[in-house]
Amino acid sequence: MDAPGLELSGVRFGYGDWQVTYDLAVPPGSFTALLGASGAGKSTLLSLVAGFERPIAGVIRAQGKDITNLAPSDRPVTTLFQEHNLFPHLTALQNIGLGIDPNLRLTRSQKSDIAGALKRVGLVGMEARLPRELSGGERQRVAIARSLVRQRPLLLLDEPFAALGPALRRDMLDLVDALRHDTGMTVVMVSHDPADARRVADITAFLHDGAIVALGPTATLLDNPDVPALAEYLGV
Amino acid sequence: MMTGYRPLLWPGGLALAGTLGLAVVALVALLYAAPDLSVDSVWDTYTLRVLRFTMMQALLSTALSLAFALPVARAFARRTSFPGRTLLLRLMGLPLVLPVIVAVFGIAAVWGQNGAISNAMEAGGLPGLSPLYGLSGILIAHVFFNMPLAVRLLLGAWQAIPGESWRLAGQLGMGPWAIFRLIELSRLIAVIPGVAMLIFLLCFTSFAVVLALGGGPRNTTLEVAIYQALRLDFDIARAVGLALIQVATCALIAVIFFRFARTPESQATEERLITRPDTGYLSGRIIDAIALVTGGLWVLGPLSAILIAGLSGPVVDVLSRGEVWSAALRSVSVGVGAGLLSLLLGIALLATTRDLAVRAKRTRLADRLELAGSLTLVISPIVLGAGLFVLLLPVVPIFDWALPLAALVNGIVAVPYVLRILAPTLRRTAEHHDRLCASLGLRGWSRIRHLEWPASRRGIATAWALASALATGDLTAIALFGTQRDATLSLMLYRALGSYRMDEAAVLALLLVSLCLAVFVVIEGGIGGRTRT
Repeated sequence: MDAPGLELSGVRFGYGDWQVTYDLAVPPGSFTALLGASGAGKSTLLSLVAGFERPIAGVIRAQGKDITNLAPSDRPVTTLFQEHNLFPHLTALQNIGLGIDPNLRLTRSQKSDIAGALKRVGLVGMEARLPRELSGGERQRVAIARSLVRQRPLLLLDEPFAALGPALRRDMLDLVDALRHDTGMTVVMVSHDPADARRVADITAFLHDGAIVALGPTATLLDNPDVPALAEYLGV
Repeated sequence: MMTGYRPLLWPGGLALAGTLGLAVVALVALLYAAPDLSVDSVWDTYTLRVLRFTMMQALLSTALSLAFALPVARAFARRTSFPGRTLLLRLMGLPLVLPVIVAVFGIAAVWGQNGAISNAMEAGGLPGLSPLYGLSGILIAHVFFNMPLAVRLLLGAWQAIPGESWRLAGQLGMGPWAIFRLIELSRLIAVIPGVAMLIFLLCFTSFAVVLALGGGPRNTTLEVAIYQALRLDFDIARAVGLALIQVATCALIAVIFFRFARTPESQATEERLITRPDTGYLSGRIIDAIALVTGGLWVLGPLSAILIAGLSGPVVDVLSRGEVWSAALRSVSVGVGAGLLSLLLGIALLATTRDLAVRAKRTRLADRLELAGSLTLVISPIVLGAGLFVLLLPVVPIFDWALPLAALVNGIVAVPYVLRILAPTLRRTAEHHDRLCASLGLRGWSRIRHLEWPASRRGIATAWALASALATGDLTAIALFGTQRDATLSLMLYRALGSYRMDEAAVLALLLVSLCLAVFVVIEGGIGGRTRT
């Protein structure tokens, strides 16, 4: 079997009384949902993988490579945040272009890559739009397009679609899922809604009090919640 | 948050050394300059009289400004849509940026012995007004500046009342009196002490108004007394003593201010869409109309007097004099230089405080450092200038350095404005985009070019433009350091006023205010770029 797409072993983090510990391994090309109550440590897990926080102990690997001590920009990771994924004063093209070159010096072929990425997320010809000229869903599509041109094998979704309506949110999840199948990238998503997990995630991890207390195929886990905290969370 | 994070300390350290550090050095220089300073030599009847007058005029100015501002602000709050409302509000903002000495001219042209009102009264067979000089003139000028300031600050408090309160008041059938007592009063009680303190501090340290309108030793404030001791009597010991009293008093006021008063929000931009339930009464309409018309005329009178007198004065004669243009050039150099200095100092300090607040999660330390950068409000320009004066007097030919010194003092004094304008933008930029920058590898020059500059250039332009415009019209520092040789336009205007050459003063006043406006517009437009729509 290949090395896991993402692996956290003995990763510890925290300040003061608040501590989290993560052990997790998901196969490459999989789609994992992180479920749990607020404060369970879902977003912290993503921040550690993205490199915005550094663990006190433990190792984080992506496709077998130790990334624990890399700078965020050197990791094979793209994060989609709930908001502020785009710079408000730059066009869609420029926002995506920054993912290729921080100095925004783009070659002709890179520009056509960007146009291709926009096409794949359903925003044909919207290169010159400013974020404020796009709807909330379109803005997140631009951010997804940037993650495509960056060609990073790991995509982290930190509730980027939480502010969208149910139908739009399902569309966006389906889009990410389709792109995952096309590119083979590994996706990890924080979610509040078990229905979202059922729709797109093959694996679900349930977090409680700063640790992963249940992990398994989504349907199995959600249909037969044998962990009390998960049963309580789901209300069954 | 992370124990290992090392915040960026050196820019803020340098900036604080340049502002607070220099102010402290100036104070130490003052102490050192008068080693045989004793309480008896300073604390005499003259000092007591000056202190008493300073306090009294500041108290009266504050009370009058607030009493005038309250009905005007309430009228603005109640009448959210009438023709010319935006224009009238803008008008209320003008005195804040008008050079003090220009405003003094405008006030004299309206309220003076030969002013518009006095002339009208005489034409109607009434006795004319007595000369403007003395307490009444000082009070009129202070209310001219501070009533609009109070209106803007109070209006902010009014607009902070949530729309739900109005809906609820309407549903419960509350009348105007109940609304005032139950909804508005509590808001006002929360902000009025802060507004009053600010106005008191501004009037307590008022210089140009008192210099121009305070006739003789009976109507002198501490600021002007320090200036007179240094420049007219060359009594350094007295200047030092007065300066120390001034700093101690201001520090006391500031301590009370920061301890007990909440700083009111001055952003009065967002209008509430929910209408208040008490806008229909006829009596209320009449009261509000009177308040708005009186407030508008109060500000508009001197402003239009400046324009009319300036245009009908000997324009060609004054403008054809070379010395006027070299004075104008000096004013602009001092202004732009001071603006640039305060911009650099402000940005350097904010680079550190933002890093502390956003990345090191040391928000309280960051806020305190920003407050320290604003402490120059307590050490007034005259005290700062007096300190530099005695510090540099033995070292350099001080009067040859008048312009750079004036720019230095004005630059330091304007730092708080820069902090206020830029701090929110810079912090927000880091809060929103740090993570994205980290994941895209956007740092150093690319970060400045693609993020910081586009996000903050408008703020930078406004801060630089405001600081420069204020310094262009400044009289305080240049009065202290300037001579006949290197007079700026404001000093030239002050001299023309002092020797009753009113025709010439009229043209100079209009020229100076145009110059300040031009400096503001050119810098703001040139740096800030066009608004993208």
